[in-house]
Amino acid sequence: MTDDTQETTAPSRRALIGWGGAGLALGAVAAGGTVAMTRTGESTDDAAPAGAETGAAVPFHGAHQAGIATPVQDRLHFAAFDVTTDDRAEFVQMLKDWTEAARRMTAGHAVGEGAYGGLAEAPPDDTGEALGLKPSRLTLTIGFGPSLFDRFDLADRRPKALVDLPQFAGDNLDKNRSGGDLCVQACADDPQVAVHAIRNLARIGFGKVVIRWSQLGFGKTSSTTPDAQTPRNLMGFKDGTRNIAGTETDRLKKFVWVDSADGPEWMNGGSYLVARRIRMHIETWDRTSLQEQEDIFGRDKGEGAPVGKAKERDKPFLKAMMPDAHVRLAHPDSNHGSTILRRGYSFTDGTDGLGRLEAGLFFLAYQRDVREGFVRIQRNLATDALNEYIQHVGSALFAVPPGVRGADDWWGSTLFSKEA
Amino acid sequence: MRAARLSVVTATAAVAALTAVTGCTEKGSSEGGDRVINVTATDSKCEISKKEFPAGHVEIAIENKGSKVTEVYVLFPDDRIVTERENIGPGTKQKVTAEVKTGDYRIVCKPGMRGKGIRQAVKATGGKAVKRDPRLDKAVAAYRTYAQEQADETLPKTEAFAKAVKDGDLEAAKKAYAPSRIGWERTEPVAESFGDIDPKVDVRADGLEDGQKWTGWHRLEKALWQDKKIGGTEKTLAGQLITDLTDWQKRVGTADITPTSMANGAKELLDEVATGKVTGEEERYSHTDLVDFKANVEGAEKSYELLKPVAKENDATLVTQLDKQFAALNTLLDKYRADPSSYDFVSYDKVAEADRKKLSDAVNALAEPLSKLAAAVAK
Repeated sequence: MTDDTQETTAPSRRALIGWGGAGLALGAVAAGGTVAMTRTGESTDDAAPAGAETGAAVPFHGAHQAGIATPVQDRLHFAAFDVTTDDRAEFVQMLKDWTEAARRMTAGHAVGEGAYGGLAEAPPDDTGEALGLKPSRLTLTIGFGPSLFDRFDLADRRPKALVDLPQFAGDNLDKNRSGGDLCVQACADDPQVAVHAIRNLARIGFGKVVIRWSQLGFGKTSSTTPDAQTPRNLMGFKDGTRNIAGTETDRLKKFVWVDSADGPEWMNGGSYLVARRIRMHIETWDRTSLQEQEDIFGRDKGEGAPVGKAKERDKPFLKAMMPDAHVRLAHPDSNHGSTILRRGYSFTDGTDGLGRLEAGLFFLAYQRDVREGFVRIQRNLATDALNEYIQHVGSALFAVPPGVRGADDWWGSTLFSKEA
Repeated sequence: MRAARLSVVTATAAVAALTAVTGCTEKGSSEGGDRVINVTATDSKCEISKKEFPAGHVEIAIENKGSKVTEVYVLFPDDRIVTERENIGPGTKQKVTAEVKTGDYRIVCKPGMRGKGIRQAVKATGGKAVKRDPRLDKAVAAYRTYAQEQADETLPKTEAFAKAVKDGDLEAAKKAYAPSRIGWERTEPVAESFGDIDPKVDVRADGLEDGQKWTGWHRLEKALWQDKKIGGTEKTLAGQLITDLTDWQKRVGTADITPTSMANGAKELLDEVATGKVTGEEERYSHTDLVDFKANVEGAEKSYELLKPVAKENDATLVTQLDKQFAALNTLLDKYRADPSSYDFVSYDKVAEADRKKLSDAVNALAEPLSKLAAAVAK
């Protein structure tokens, strides 16, 4: 829900680069190219704009995991798991099995021996509902929660940045929708592809891990491709106008990717993910006058321009906004320059027992250090006028390891294969 | 009980009935020649005219020269019944025909219609014999015995339950209810393979078809726990339950059991737990779900233990996993009873949501590898 537009950047240069990148991306996919980004974060074929080729495959291997700086897809299935096995070797084997399945599914293939044609007496390896569907830009991104480090003698490997999130003003967290030893974020342009991925990983995980909670998201609320139209959240406002783009090497390096200087070594090239289930009081919001809605956000509803400005991407003049306007409080200038890469989705889980839409924002944000990213910004949002219309009901934090480098590598190899 | 779903056992039974073996009684003329086997049964002997015959249509011509009523069976090596003839009185003759595939069989006479009978090995020749692993035949035979024992033990327990109902003794009936179901729950896939019995004895209110009369255990469960009264209808239904279960007891031996149906039956028992017991739907009035839960797991474990020697050869990792997950689930279940030798489990309405999830997680952890057992014995 944060908005950190910090300067006017006419949709000129970056957009051109973006489109150029798209051409490269398609070429790379056609040629079977796999390397998405170099170690320094120079993105190449991850810059395909949304809608360019929504059926294509996103390379699974790379210095960073896909699903962070790569273009944001339309749909989400996010799952948090708890570990049930005490056997480290068994858990590591599951991570390897997951990696192999993820490698296949992101390329648009079925898991294992497929969904049919095997032994008639045994259930097929793959559940089958994604047969015939395109890869749909499926990305699968794994993260390790703080509680994982209480297991398998990992305590001394827990990153300092993987803090226990403090209680924030207004939090009403449901523990059944919070936390988790690990998570998998599945994003795709086809919801069936995303759900298929989580379902098959959960199946492979039975006996080793259990699903703690999961969330479906149906509409992206932020993009990493600024040349595409800025998405709107369920409150009807454009969100993430100045989000960190997949092409912004410098800002990715500064705000998203963990650097070797940050430590620990196993997180080098990784990131930290904050997931927050933010319920919106949709009905009361809808009864709020347009003026108040715009005052609360600090932008106009139609164009998305900051208060007093004409265009969405005009540089906001924060002092023109109400002191408790959302954009003002979330802006990097109000947070010692901090910014985060947002990748959230709208959700609607039907209606609640009172007939109200059970809806809101499933907020996902990636950052190099949570303490300087989400924690700082969220604390500053304590007086946010928007708080009257939202409530944080779920929360989780994960250390997202670097990417899988090649066919022999696996999720979590840097954490589990070398001892500190 | 599961709402109308074609179980593997049922499916195989249907196929077998169509293609493999058709047993029927013929009173008409006999064909004679090498397709007729004469069986002469006495009180101590079971003499047969030939030990080998060509596969295909055969006729068993039985003469009871003994003093006791007898019965004659043709059995597969795993004791599954190919065909049978009961109630053959002293001095009478009967004929049975069957369509028999190439392979080994037993002809069994049971003077007095009890015991294991007097056995003769026979062979149907010609064509290609289906290769059988004698260890798997043994496993199936042992499981068949187990299924029969469960039925045999269920009847007296259900009779005690029915008696309490007929006596109008609400408390005694409530007490006898859950124990009466254990044998059935342990062998449910076999019991359900007789498609007509399950809907009579184990159907729940939500499983009723339009116009179907509600009978059986759960109808009585509702009367005892929800309505809290026993009327004439309930007393009649208690008698009907015994009749239907006696039918089951008689037919258990004819169930088509194979190594794969045993393995898949074990998995189906866990499915039963996952869809009916963990949710508290099965015993929604009595909340005795954990008794059924335990019985389902015991039945699954029985199949698994019998198949384990073969499964271990083909997939040692799977066996290690299954041993571990069976143990984990049993340990978890034991937390819900004070005495591990009793079936006195905590009432399921007292099991909190978070604890139900733990049970559900443990069931999933076991059922997923269990679904691979059939492949490990079919290799």
